[in-house]
Amino acid sequence: MEVRPPRRSLLRPVLAATPRAGWWGLASAAAIAFLVVPALHLLVPPSSPLHVSDYAVAVAGKIACYATVAVALDLIWGYAGILSLGHGLFFALGGYAFGMYLMRAIGHDGVYQSDLPDFMVFLDWKAYPWYWRGTEHPGWALALVVLVPGIVAFVFGWFAFRSRVRGVYFSIITQALTYAAMLLFFRNDTGFGGNNGFTDFKRIFGFPVAAPGTRVALFAASVLVLLVTLVVCRWLVVSRFGRVLRAIRDGESRLVCLGYDTLWYKLLVWTLSAVLCAIAGALYVPQVGIINPSEMSPANSIEIAIWVAVGGRGTLVGAALGAVLVNLAKSWFTQAMPELWLFFLGFLFVAVTLFVPDGVVGLVRKVRRRRRAQVPGAADPDRAVEEVVA
Amino acid sequence: MSATPVAPLEVDTSHGVVLYLEDVTVSFDGFKALDRLTLYVDVGELRCVIGPNGAGKTTMMDVITGRTRPNSGRAFFGQTLDLTRLSEAEIARAGIGRKFQKPAVFPEHTVRENLELAGVRDRRARRSLLGEVTAEDRRRIDEALEQIRLTDEAHRLAGLLSHGQKQWLEIGMLLVQDPMLLLLDEPVAGLTDEETERSAELIRSLAGKRSIVVVEHDMSFVETLGGTVTVLDEGSVVAEGPLSKVQADPKVIEVYLGR
Amino acid sequence: MLLPRLLPLLALALAARPAGAASLDPALLKGLAAEDSGDKIAAIRALTLAGGPEAATVLQALADDRLQVSRERILIDEGDRLRDAATGEPLARAPGDVEAITINNRVRRVAEGSLALLRLFDASRSVRAQAAEALGGTVTPELLPLLERALAEEKVRAIRETLEIVRARTQLGSSEPALRLAAVKALGAGGTLAVRSLLAGAADPAGEPDAAVRKAAAASLAAVDRRLLLADAVNRTFSGLSLGSILLLAALGLAITYGIMGVINMAHGELLMIGAYAGYAVQSLFRARFPGGHDWYVVAAIPVAFGAAFVVGVAMERAVIRHLYRRPLESLLATWGLSLVLIQAARVSFGAQNVQVANPSWMSGGVTLLPSAVLPWNRLVIVGFSLAVLAATWLLLTRTRLGMFVRAVTQNRAMAGCVGVPTSRVDTLAFGLGAGIAGLGGLALSQISNVGPEMGQLYIVDSFMVVVLGGVGQLAGAVLAALGLGVASKFLEGVTGAVVAKIAVLAFVVVFIQRRPQGLFAPKGRAVES
Repeated sequence: MEVRPPRRSLLRPVLAATPRAGWWGLASAAAIAFLVVPALHLLVPPSSPLHVSDYAVAVAGKIACYATVAVALDLIWGYAGILSLGHGLFFALGGYAFGMYLMRAIGHDGVYQSDLPDFMVFLDWKAYPWYWRGTEHPGWALALVVLVPGIVAFVFGWFAFRSRVRGVYFSIITQALTYAAMLLFFRNDTGFGGNNGFTDFKRIFGFPVAAPGTRVALFAASVLVLLVTLVVCRWLVVSRFGRVLRAIRDGESRLVCLGYDTLWYKLLVWTLSAVLCAIAGALYVPQVGIINPSEMSPANSIEIAIWVAVGGRGTLVGAALGAVLVNLAKSWFTQAMPELWLFFLGFLFVAVTLFVPDGVVGLVRKVRRRRRAQVPGAADPDRAVEEVVA
Repeated sequence: MSATPVAPLEVDTSHGVVLYLEDVTVSFDGFKALDRLTLYVDVGELRCVIGPNGAGKTTMMDVITGRTRPNSGRAFFGQTLDLTRLSEAEIARAGIGRKFQKPAVFPEHTVRENLELAGVRDRRARRSLLGEVTAEDRRRIDEALEQIRLTDEAHRLAGLLSHGQKQWLEIGMLLVQDPMLLLLDEPVAGLTDEETERSAELIRSLAGKRSIVVVEHDMSFVETLGGTVTVLDEGSVVAEGPLSKVQADPKVIEVYLGR
Repeated sequence: MLLPRLLPLLALALAARPAGAASLDPALLKGLAAEDSGDKIAAIRALTLAGGPEAATVLQALADDRLQVSRERILIDEGDRLRDAATGEPLARAPGDVEAITINNRVRRVAEGSLALLRLFDASRSVRAQAAEALGGTVTPELLPLLERALAEEKVRAIRETLEIVRARTQLGSSEPALRLAAVKALGAGGTLAVRSLLAGAADPAGEPDAAVRKAAAASLAAVDRRLLLADAVNRTFSGLSLGSILLLAALGLAITYGIMGVINMAHGELLMIGAYAGYAVQSLFRARFPGGHDWYVVAAIPVAFGAAFVVGVAMERAVIRHLYRRPLESLLATWGLSLVLIQAARVSFGAQNVQVANPSWMSGGVTLLPSAVLPWNRLVIVGFSLAVLAATWLLLTRTRLGMFVRAVTQNRAMAGCVGVPTSRVDTLAFGLGAGIAGLGGLALSQISNVGPEMGQLYIVDSFMVVVLGGVGQLAGAVLAALGLGVASKFLEGVTGAVVAKIAVLAFVVVFIQRRPQGLFAPKGRAVES
């Protein structure tokens, strides 16, 4: 007679499988985001060297959102072997969905002082199209942030994973998908601001968008989403589900031969990944103050892959690290030597794929494992972490 | 609450025959890999399939497991399960297990994890999110580890095993699946004599409860196994019967040695 | 040929002059000096009907304000002396009471129109063509017989068509239904939009009172519409073929490199860009050093474009791509990086803006297939060029040793290596070849499209679609896929607009490779799974 495993086994695997250092890192990141930065931004006067500026908070928040996207991509690429080169689409869709609320929140304070957003007045539209209905309610807008990219991802995944399209062909098709969406959103008739997109936000949930308190809150929220994403993804990959995912990555046809319907495994993780991107996108938009179709450009989505590759594919925390490193470099380059940025990025792509395929974190882990193997009496480095089962 | 095996596809062996292949034809762009192949396997039987290269042995296995769809002909598992219509995963769940020529284990998973992937009864996605391995599944995995003598290596990454150990792991994965019909494609390729002897023992012990179809080239191994031998050539059956009879058949000699 | 000989005969036939006199009737000329504009116009018309080069001279002088009158004698001012308009004789000395003949704009227009009519009989084709255009659409009904005679003699089709429209328009303006009916029937043979709008007006009850004329107009309209539809189809097909030939050049190189090495090269578009910039560089060189030979810079640019792209391709292959053999995902990322580097290099070297690459003069203009279907010469040359490159590639692959090696390595690398094919060198050369072909494609592109650092990006998606659709490593498949996609895109564009057409084509390719993952032309036999 089988007894259903008790509830606490949900948490035990992830608690056991993650080293102490990981939890300390999480806690410190949380402390910095929720306590230190807000204090240094709001309480410390601007003249002090410890003050964290508006610009720094905005950049940090933006990078936190990018880190979430990277982790979401690592979940499907590093663990399920699905390389999507169109994930920017879900990020942008989430951004647009929340952007609709932000445009509504401008109220009458736009250039034309009308009920409608400036771009609609400019196009001579008289009323909101049907898909804008309800977006003045933040709750509905947030629901759209999750539903629209989720449904798009689900439908695309349904057709793509059932087809015989695999590997590189799949990646190219995701590029085509985001490219097509970008073309669509560039058109004025689509009703999303055409090539200018949404901008000039004034308020969010009643608070002014540019106020220091709002900025810090958005930053903290972005970091919170990142940390929650890391924990959720970690929980997923150490569970049995995660083991099946890795088997899909390493030998899908063999797994099918063993009787697994891999479709649902892939669909679940694909849709989750898309929704995480969308949430990150929704937080990104109020912090950078603009969303336009170039977020959906194929180039943007390919860049996400390089963040993951730099940091370490299949390590989750490595993906976040990669996003942070590359985007910090980008900020620095575009201020100091803008023409060189693209050269640097291009060479980074080449160097990482040729010389550092495991990424920074992957390299560190490999080195540590090899060192441990050389110490006599140390634990067998080839033993995987033993799962604790109920 | 019992752990419900998710195999709604029950195989009907009331007539004593577990596998029907009738007039199966598979052609790739004009080349006939299988040409009106007809073959029956009884419940509990141990059958050896031999034939020269290109005879269609692997394609036949592909048709049975649903990897390749025949252009014409019928393929049934038991009385009711149409192998030409079910998906590969469904066929596997219904109780057909296959072992490939080259060991196909998951190199980044441990030995135990490999067996777990093969042996877990409930393969639905949502189940795997919530539950870990059930006690009954774990018992079967431990048993299989014993049988394939890899209990001490349970936590080793499968990619680091020797070739022989990998072959055994695959057999273990097959055992833990507990299929009604086993398809073994050259199970002793690359094994030492001692390992080959052990494999023969294991296979013989499995037959009777289950049906086994073994594709082999090694005639001494076929002799050790015993059982009926089917000879394939150019996609169809040329001869069938005990090994001694088949070896004496002039058609078979011609097929192997040429004119 | 015939016309110069006819002209004096015509002049004789038209002018009712006393035999032997090669002069104009003074009575006709007198009217030119009349006070009333209407009288002036009547005189101009009469003079035109009389015809002849003398009449043209007089009318030209009138239009140039060089006509003068002295006591009912019309004189032409030639700058240094005066000439009698009637006799053509120069005057010894200027009479005292010379008055200039002034004309208003209305008269001027009539004079110019008449001049144009007269010039329809000129020997030079370009003069006649210009004159036909200058008629301005209609002539007054009185001068219609002259127009008819010009039409009867005109041999050049383009000028005939213009004159026919003029005649039809004039006739349609007539008050006699019979004339209008004749005009409408004659117009039914036309095939241009101008003709169509005339007929549309004549078929409309608001514009045409006579029912019989309307009916005939409707029938003619249907015929013209059919012809226009055909012309449109021809235009689209040609546009599609032209696009297809560019896609072919872009994709041919990719088919070779992808086929032989299984490497996804995202920097392929940049090889096109290199070829285009090579063309620009050669053009600049010619402009600076050999201005006279500007028309031939394209020919000189061919080896330069091929060479530059070849060199870059070889460098890419040796440095990066050969290490990523059989790792398509990694090669995708690494070559994307290369593409970023190349684009930025182009920006830094040539500027971020588009640069101007001009067609040589022998590539301007077009061939008129149907009245509404003009095939531009530059695109025709490109189609021809693509076919030539395709033929050369085919010859290379099937008739040379290198080609045989390339095919061997594509089909079975391991075996090829075993029998002694230098696979690594073949890889490099094949890659270089593919790159060079892309460079040629870029040169061709530069002739019809903008040249800028990001031009390659537009073609990378399409190139991959062609390769995937046509079947990896299959030349015939690539050709069919390129042409097919080109034509299909152009036809779709007409119906749905460019964006939706692009999306539709992408969706089609995706669905197609679902059904048939190996593409249009699959390698025969039992393929080894990669």
